[in-house]
Amino acid sequence: MTATLAIAQLVLLELLRRKDVYVLFVLTGLVTLVAGAANIFEDTRVVRYVKEICLTLIWISGFVLAVTTAARQLPAERESRTLFTLLAKPVSRWEFLAGKFLGCWLACGAALLAFYLFFGIVTASRERAVDLAGWFQAASLQWFMLAVPIALALAGSLVWAAASSNTTLTLVGCFGIWLLGRHLHKVALGLPEPGATLLTLLYFAIPHLELFDVRDLIIHRWPPVPWLVWLGALLYAAAYTGLTLTAAWLLFRRRPLN
Amino acid sequence: MARALIPILFLVSLALVTSLEPWFQSWQGNRAQSADLIAVLLGDARRAFANHFFIKADAYFHSGYYPSIFDNRTAFQTPHMAADAGAKEDKNSGDEDNFLGPPKDWIDAFGRRFKPATHTHLDEGGAHTHGSSAPQSHGPAPKEIELGESQDVREILPWLRASAALDPQMVETYTTTAYWLRQRMGKVAEAESFLRDGLRANPDSHEILFELGRIADEHRKDPTRARNLWELALTKWQKFELTKKAPDTFSLLQIASHLALLAERESRWDECLQYLGLWKAASPQPDEIEKRITEVRQKIPAANHAKPQTPNPKR
Repeated sequence: MTATLAIAQLVLLELLRRKDVYVLFVLTGLVTLVAGAANIFEDTRVVRYVKEICLTLIWISGFVLAVTTAARQLPAERESRTLFTLLAKPVSRWEFLAGKFLGCWLACGAALLAFYLFFGIVTASRERAVDLAGWFQAASLQWFMLAVPIALALAGSLVWAAASSNTTLTLVGCFGIWLLGRHLHKVALGLPEPGATLLTLLYFAIPHLELFDVRDLIIHRWPPVPWLVWLGALLYAAAYTGLTLTAAWLLFRRRPLN
Repeated sequence: MARALIPILFLVSLALVTSLEPWFQSWQGNRAQSADLIAVLLGDARRAFANHFFIKADAYFHSGYYPSIFDNRTAFQTPHMAADAGAKEDKNSGDEDNFLGPPKDWIDAFGRRFKPATHTHLDEGGAHTHGSSAPQSHGPAPKEIELGESQDVREILPWLRASAALDPQMVETYTTTAYWLRQRMGKVAEAESFLRDGLRANPDSHEILFELGRIADEHRKDPTRARNLWELALTKWQKFELTKKAPDTFSLLQIASHLALLAERESRWDECLQYLGLWKAASPQPDEIEKRITEVRQKIPAANHAKPQTPNPKR
């Protein structure tokens, strides 16, 4: 456990040293503020489009940050040959993988905190209303959702040698699921066999990242999700992450380090 | 051989340039002539984006409860915000409250808890009316809703503005925006200015002229100006719509009905009967209009007896 936490701390510090998160934050802030400064028929109380732009950028930034951070962990350790040092006893491969995952996930959590703080300030200044429960749900759901792409990217780095190909494929997959995942079954119902069965299987196999997207509820000021449902979503993310990490560990256990 | 080929290719290129360049400069699809940066960057794709933003505004009008391209869209063929504004004829059918249908599986059922799941309209309170069982109705918004009661409808405006910027020829963007600006936001001057922008981009638009007439009549209280604008709208309609295979009878109905009501209000009976005739021709319920014509005919002798009709000097 100590080894896992130590590795996680290293990942966290690495992210703070890198420029990715700052660039994404500045871009999100800049685009949001420029959009918010637009003159909409002399009405300063128009706010929902600003919320939508900001939240969409937070979601995109979250995916990019999670996948790029996770995908480069193993290749970087392998290239710098620190992987051999780290995996010398007493750090097991599971602890190493868990540490890497925890570090990436905590780093994403810290970044999301900053992003949502900015979102809260912008929204409160324009809307003059604070929806703490809704914002908390949105941030926590997104944070737990990001655990899945992180686990997928870590598993992917054991399959694909280059970090770039792993990053690209994981990002394409994540964005695809986010935008189209919920509709796959509907499309499958209208397809002839065997396409229908294959698409249905795919629908049930993929992690439904879109479930965690409560942007519409936040933007249009709908009441928060019932807390039991919120908890169910977190458990769903945890279960899928656990499965993916276990699969990654099984792959990692059998793989020669060099 | 290769050395000889280079000058030949150069000469061929030069010859092609001299013939292609004048053609390119006169070609209608030449984006280099446009001073509009968006037009240069996006070309005709801007129309698709403009339409997307118009639909986005309608999604905002429903506080996010809106069908995707994978859902049953029969109840959303005409954007409700445009139908309610009278900018487009309502062609919707089907159940707008249940376009999702029953859940297909447990993921679908679970996922619906994270999305807006109730049909509401922003001008009637939007998500704040969540839980009330009042059914949503379409057609012109009821007058009883006081200004300021549901100003959240302002949230559709950024997308409408973006839509108009991307495709200035999309007339319904101007008329829809103007309706909500003047009717709910009380921004009559902004609505009129936006319509004028639309009229500059679409000088022959009877829809924009009609909407300008409504502003003159309902807000500026200038019936003469309203009549002139509506008559011009009618002229434009007759000039451009009659040549089409399927004329826009919805617009004719609106123009003729407003002209008829204005003429009735001003006791201009001959004109009133003339416009009622047009209204009847365009109306899906001609019997109702026939009753109205009979009523007006009954008024004429009494009116003529009470006060002889004088021609309007301003016309």
